[in-house]
Amino acid sequence: MPAELLREEFFIQGRNFEKAGEVSSEIKTILRDLGIDPPTVRRLVIVAFEGEMNVVMYAERGVLTLILTEEDIVLEIKDEGPGIEDIELAMKEGYSTASDEMREMGFGFGMGLSNMKKNADELRIESEVGKGTSVFARISLNTHG
Amino acid sequence: MRLSEIKELLRCEVLTGEDNLSVDITEVVASDGMSEILAFAKSKELMITGLTNIQSIRTADIAGVSAVIYCRGKRPDKKIVEFAAQKRIPVLVTDMVMFDICGILYNKGLKGVS
Repeated sequence: MPAELLREEFFIQGRNFEKAGEVSSEIKTILRDLGIDPPTVRRLVIVAFEGEMNVVMYAERGVLTLILTEEDIVLEIKDEGPGIEDIELAMKEGYSTASDEMREMGFGFGMGLSNMKKNADELRIESEVGKGTSVFARISLNTHG
Repeated sequence: MRLSEIKELLRCEVLTGEDNLSVDITEVVASDGMSEILAFAKSKELMITGLTNIQSIRTADIAGVSAVIYCRGKRPDKKIVEFAAQKRIPVLVTDMVMFDICGILYNKGLKGVS
């Protein structure tokens, strides 16, 4: 296990569309200030933003943990929410369970999880219906940039 | 094509970023779906959308687009324009619909991202 250089937790408030995205903006600033190369920051922040929006749209609350090591950047997003019944189906581009309210916000068109998968080098989702969902995303620092 | 030329072509009003209209645009991403913009934008594009909420500017910032044009005469709230100004993203509005905007820009040689 590579040594952790940074570990920071961010609270995400469910259903708060006004603040949705603030955590991802903060992460963007942190990584940029650390001198991480822009394409990597961009990919990581897209993963963070889609993940944050999912928590805001579906869950009561969530915690996003940003972990930076010498080798990679890891995002762990754990929420208390309805969970995902069929993860494979949810990963399918175009599949969505979003409400009209979510779509009015410009989200919920069934691209969020696939966007996360596209931008992460590794993406793992664990979920328990009625309890919540955990997303683990990793972006390598040496293969891109 | 410079953003200032696009402004004239589409008869836009500039809400913020008047001093930043010399930026060169070669590609365009147009959608009301923010994930779609995040999926296709590679940075430095012009973003065209009818979605005027705070998420449109957050998406523009994260996707790294050069400017945002709101279509169909939709106008964002003042605080959203202020947020864009803070992020240094020029924001323009036009009464034109998205289809017409895309047609005009495509005719002028701009390309969509895919």
